[in-house]
Amino acid sequence: MKYLLLKHYRGGPAPVVDFAPLDQWAPEKVDAHIQFMRDFADKLVETGEFVDAQAVAQEGAFVRFDGEGRPPVTDGPFAETKDLVAGWMVIDVESWERAVELAGELSSAPGPDGEPIHEWLEVRPFLNHAPSGGE
Amino acid sequence: MDTLGLNGELVREFVPAVIGVLVRRGADFASAEDAVQEALIRAYEIWPQDPPRDPKAWLIAAAWRKFLDAVRSESARRGRELAVDAEPPDGPVPATDDTLQLYFLCAHPSLPQAAAVALTLRAVGGLTTRQIATAHLVPEATMAQRISRAKRKLEGVPLDAPGDLSTVVRVLYLVFNEGYGGDVDLAAEAVRLARRLVALTDEPEAAGLLALMLLHHARRASRTGPGGRLVPLAAQDRSRWDTGMIAEGVTLLQTALARDRLGEYQAQAAIAALHADATTAAETDWTQIVEWYDELLALTGSPVVALNRAVAVGEADGARAGLAALADVDPGLPRYAAARAYLLERAGDLEGAATGYVEAAGAATSVAERDHLTREAARLRQAARTSPERPRTL
Repeated sequence: MKYLLLKHYRGGPAPVVDFAPLDQWAPEKVDAHIQFMRDFADKLVETGEFVDAQAVAQEGAFVRFDGEGRPPVTDGPFAETKDLVAGWMVIDVESWERAVELAGELSSAPGPDGEPIHEWLEVRPFLNHAPSGGE
Repeated sequence: MDTLGLNGELVREFVPAVIGVLVRRGADFASAEDAVQEALIRAYEIWPQDPPRDPKAWLIAAAWRKFLDAVRSESARRGRELAVDAEPPDGPVPATDDTLQLYFLCAHPSLPQAAAVALTLRAVGGLTTRQIATAHLVPEATMAQRISRAKRKLEGVPLDAPGDLSTVVRVLYLVFNEGYGGDVDLAAEAVRLARRLVALTDEPEAAGLLALMLLHHARRASRTGPGGRLVPLAAQDRSRWDTGMIAEGVTLLQTALARDRLGEYQAQAAIAALHADATTAAETDWTQIVEWYDELLALTGSPVVALNRAVAVGEADGARAGLAALADVDPGLPRYAAARAYLLERAGDLEGAATGYVEAAGAATSVAERDHLTREAARLRQAARTSPERPRTL
């Protein structure tokens, strides 16, 4: 079963620890945080559960179709948007319980003071894409 | 033969036997399996240009060399000799077939299911790690680790330890249901592995499993419409069912049932055979299907079986009877909402059915299923808009 662990810049339940954005941390704390993420991904490769990890920039735009022969319309970014995705990890694990366990672990990444940041991560199961052999 | 049957299955057929040869020459299972995998990858590289006269002998020789290389570098690393003779024993390769033992080992109950699936596909199916990774949409490194961890877990379990066929059958059915889509057709691969299993054991459940797979596989072409759209059984174009495959499945099942040792796969195959036997959906013998669900429920006690049984009761005895049977089923089951919506529509409650299908779509576990259920809800909403509610007669 594949699960998406979604990390948000904003959105979700109220943060437990209100910490400053990464660019305001001491550089070695930033390094420690990033190293934690890297080690976590490596560990999941080792357990045979890693699928993908990506981060996305804060800046982007909304885009939509605007009619035949016309260029797409872009809009944003919207600073006030409630929810902003920061990145994700995709894992392939035996159960929902294991997905929750791993998300909990990932959420213990060290923050600006070296203590776990207790950040909320969103866990969502993937819908299976391949047609099944059975009915 | 075609050049080594690389596209077909020829070279893969040899993999379990070659692992068995290495193990009998003194290699442990984990190293033997690694060596054969490396030899297999080498075969893919060089056989297209330079096909061997005797592919199996080539694979044995190459795998043994890979094994010895690994042992030498290991003993160099440890600074001592390991007790393995460099020269293979004289005489012909014994005709022992360890393939059945390999099935048991790879489906060992100590392994997580995903690991048992991967190891079975590699050591018994002869697929490469890359092929298995691609079929499961995970990186190759992840799959390689999943397989090595599985083998580490099996350390100390001898190849000839007594095995449990029911775990093997479950693993193969999992592979079958993982579906198809990438380069490797896992459903077809599961059928191949089940066919081979049936040749190795006369346990009726192995035959039951193969029969069940064939009866499902025979309907594959009719099960999806344009764009991968899901076509439910009742709406399938039955002229597209593979009658040869159905006949094979039915024969296998009859032989298995005659042994009088019923198991859950035989019972499931019997239900699939009754569906296959009906020329039109309306001719389906639902009464017999319900009887088989009763057997299956007695065998498994599975809540999913109880759910499917309720739908069959709805067909045999009317939608209200089906809804009554549903009352005993756990509403938390993944397809409960879909089954209930189906029965509600047949009972004439279009509004309730539409709401039920929306709920079911939200609980679907696959894209095709979600889309199908959403379409059903839309169809019912449209029907409710265009005609005033007119309950069907039951």
